[in-house]
Amino acid sequence: MIENIDTSLIDWSRAQFALTAMYHWLFVPLTLGLGVIQAIMETIYYRTGNEAWKKTAQFWMKLFGINFAIGVATGLILEFEFGTNWSNYSWFVGDIFGAPLAIEGILAFFMEATFIAVMFFGWEKVSKRFHLASTWLTIVGATLSALWILIANAWMQYPAGMHFNPDTVRNEMFDFWAVALSPVAINKFFHTVLSGWIVGALFVLGISCWYLLKRRNTIFALSSIKVSALFGLVASILILWTGDGSAYQVAQKQPMKLAAMEGLYQGGNGVGLVGVGVLNPAKTSYLDKQNAFIFDIKFPKLLSFLAERDMNAYVPGIVDLIEGGYTTNEGTVALSAKEKIEKGKTAIKALADYRKAVKDKDIEAARQYRATLEENFPYFGYGYIKDPAELIPHVGLTFYSFRVMVILGGFFILLFIIALIWDKKGKIATARWLQYTALWSIPLGYIAGQAGWIVAEVGRQPWAIQDILPTSASISKLNPSSVQTTFYMFLILFTILLIAEIGIMVKAIKKGPEELKTEG
Amino acid sequence: MDSTYILLQHYWWFLVSLLGALLVFLLFVQGGQSLLFTIGKTEIQQKMLLNSTGRKWEFTFTTLVTFGGAFFASFPLFYSTSFGGAYWVWMLILLCFVLQAVSYEYQAKKGNLLGKKTYQVFLMINGIAGPVLLGTAVATFFNGAEFIVNKEQLTDMAMPVISTWANPWHGLEAALVFWNLCLGLAVFFLARTLALLYFINNINDPEIVAKSRKQLIPETILFLVFFLVFLIRLLLIEGFAVNPDTGEVFMQPYKYFINLIEMPIVLVVLLAGVVGVLFGIGKTMFSKTWTKGIWFAGTGTVLTVLALLLCAGWNNTAYYPSLADIQSSLTIQNSCSSPFTLKVMSYVSILVPFVLAYIFYAWRALDLHKINSEEMQGNGHTY
Repeated sequence: MIENIDTSLIDWSRAQFALTAMYHWLFVPLTLGLGVIQAIMETIYYRTGNEAWKKTAQFWMKLFGINFAIGVATGLILEFEFGTNWSNYSWFVGDIFGAPLAIEGILAFFMEATFIAVMFFGWEKVSKRFHLASTWLTIVGATLSALWILIANAWMQYPAGMHFNPDTVRNEMFDFWAVALSPVAINKFFHTVLSGWIVGALFVLGISCWYLLKRRNTIFALSSIKVSALFGLVASILILWTGDGSAYQVAQKQPMKLAAMEGLYQGGNGVGLVGVGVLNPAKTSYLDKQNAFIFDIKFPKLLSFLAERDMNAYVPGIVDLIEGGYTTNEGTVALSAKEKIEKGKTAIKALADYRKAVKDKDIEAARQYRATLEENFPYFGYGYIKDPAELIPHVGLTFYSFRVMVILGGFFILLFIIALIWDKKGKIATARWLQYTALWSIPLGYIAGQAGWIVAEVGRQPWAIQDILPTSASISKLNPSSVQTTFYMFLILFTILLIAEIGIMVKAIKKGPEELKTEG
Repeated sequence: MDSTYILLQHYWWFLVSLLGALLVFLLFVQGGQSLLFTIGKTEIQQKMLLNSTGRKWEFTFTTLVTFGGAFFASFPLFYSTSFGGAYWVWMLILLCFVLQAVSYEYQAKKGNLLGKKTYQVFLMINGIAGPVLLGTAVATFFNGAEFIVNKEQLTDMAMPVISTWANPWHGLEAALVFWNLCLGLAVFFLARTLALLYFINNINDPEIVAKSRKQLIPETILFLVFFLVFLIRLLLIEGFAVNPDTGEVFMQPYKYFINLIEMPIVLVVLLAGVVGVLFGIGKTMFSKTWTKGIWFAGTGTVLTVLALLLCAGWNNTAYYPSLADIQSSLTIQNSCSSPFTLKVMSYVSILVPFVLAYIFYAWRALDLHKINSEEMQGNGHTY
């Protein structure tokens, strides 16, 4: 019987994973950022003995707890979805990908789970020093958790430290440090954690400004503003550096993603970076002759510089990447998509032939097929691609998301600088325009974070693992209606819980820090 | 196969089994949730119960996640086969744990949208369905599941999925098998029994303690009935054995009984575990002042479950048998990670005692102060 994977199963599996990941990323950044801020506040209390700082830290901890619970809930689903919805992926690369997840559980989750209980319930039960250590260890645990899952994610974008074993039909790790310390992983970790710090800083700044707008809890609000604005400024400056590093890594490892981020169809030397632009909706194929943009303003040569650290370097566009023929960084001539697809098919056929030869105990034939497989394995995933157009990610979504993230990043630097200056001058308590701006900037941090993940994840399609395995070959064989059902189930559940979380947060904020007695 | 690799496979099956055993012990949190309205008659009593087991919910949750992560890292073929195949069972388990994660924190908070009662019902659902479904899923380690593994499938470009489920129920059928459900119910009543022992130890309220002692009797009886029926049957049935030279899986009479005889240390662990559970429960029933039953029964639970899981995977046994194609059955040899990955992960596992030590320290620091009504009415953070 000839079986085929239903394309709607792939779409629903992707939709479910995207839904869970996006919901998860609504809660995790605040945990990462607010966790550090409250730990700084408790440290000030520990050093000064000033009860006001204790109350301040306790208030933010209360909001932290509300947010943390739903972050944990969405994270659970995300981890298990690798198995439930991407079972082929789990076998094909589980030897490498599973390790960071297990380490995350052993080293990070237990640290978080143990010390968060002391942080919430231990104020009157343990010493001040032990409590402070617990608060810091909670956020260290959360950050370590981010480290390991981001290492795993980075490995999918840049698979390193592994080789394919045709006897077990999977990829196997041979260099743990190449996986854990790949440049993509390092940049991704710092960039992502810093984005969480910014969300935390915007949250504290915005809510503190709300108290100023309401002319209540002024001392508490001003103290919180001092810490959050400084913390946010440091994070938003550092993120510029990690952002540049991330973009450089994308240029080196995922040139198609970079081309989509820039709406760049025809590459060249000395390519400019699009500062502002509107994509042409009439352009529906990389083959048509339509202009990519209706309107755009470019910074001359900047894309070449950011991608290759050379103003005149060659940057390939989407058409170049599909048609090949240009000279790569390594000095070789790039293959066309069709050539890669052929090589991928050759690799897959060689694997089938190798397995048969081994079964038939034909050692010489097995040796030859293995050599063919190894020669063509870098293109293995292309064998599952039917049409070169599948290799192009959604340009509009990637292009606009990237700009939203970058523009908001610039705005955050400005906001934190102004907040600090106004605070220094003692004018922030009366600057209502600034208070409103800070308050309404809270959602912008989330939007920037979501946009960043869209660039990273939509931009790498069709790959689950770059060049090695497309999403279409990574899935579990399920009835599409089953995945559709669980998609809606989680959509409804997470939305209800999100509304509940916001409702509880709003009530707690309105109640304010003066009454720290917990309801219920 | 190289002997170090064989050792690593056995070591990792031991670690996964230990995590599974700890998870079953920590299900006392779920047991406590399911008893919320049975033991807690007044609002303050329910609050004390929620705060007693509730302050440990993250340990159960984290152990579940780590159990999944460790399985993924060490036996990825199980992860892909079971999770991708028994889709509905795992999705239901995850769903009821999601409900738990938010319910403790949200149930007593103003503005929680659904009202206190709804979140308490969520806790009840997790408290009942969590242990039953997890126990049912674990029972398939002995009773098998309907899947097929075919690695050649990867070279089929139209349908490259190597693990497939052989029926459209995707795991729901396992819950209809009596012997699976039997273990599920044993785990459920064990979780409730452990929860009662924990309440007796952790809550300083005479009424709750008295009710818990009274409730201990029916819960223990039901636990023992389901557990003993499952255990006796397990020792008598044919099991899924593996030929270590060829990897061929075949049925062997009294396989699990033979495993215990051939692995006397595992047998001793099992017996010590059962004695520990019975001693912890028995002495609590007969002594009006003794409150340490949870630690004996808890340790006993860990040892018993550990021994059963070792019995499922060690001594040339297929730990995840396939009912659809016996040669697709998973063994610790054919489903494990590469020697390099197992070795790297083993270095990481050296840190486990350190993790256990700080958990013990922090747990003790909090539990030195027993839960009482004054604390519930005070200014500190409570659920």
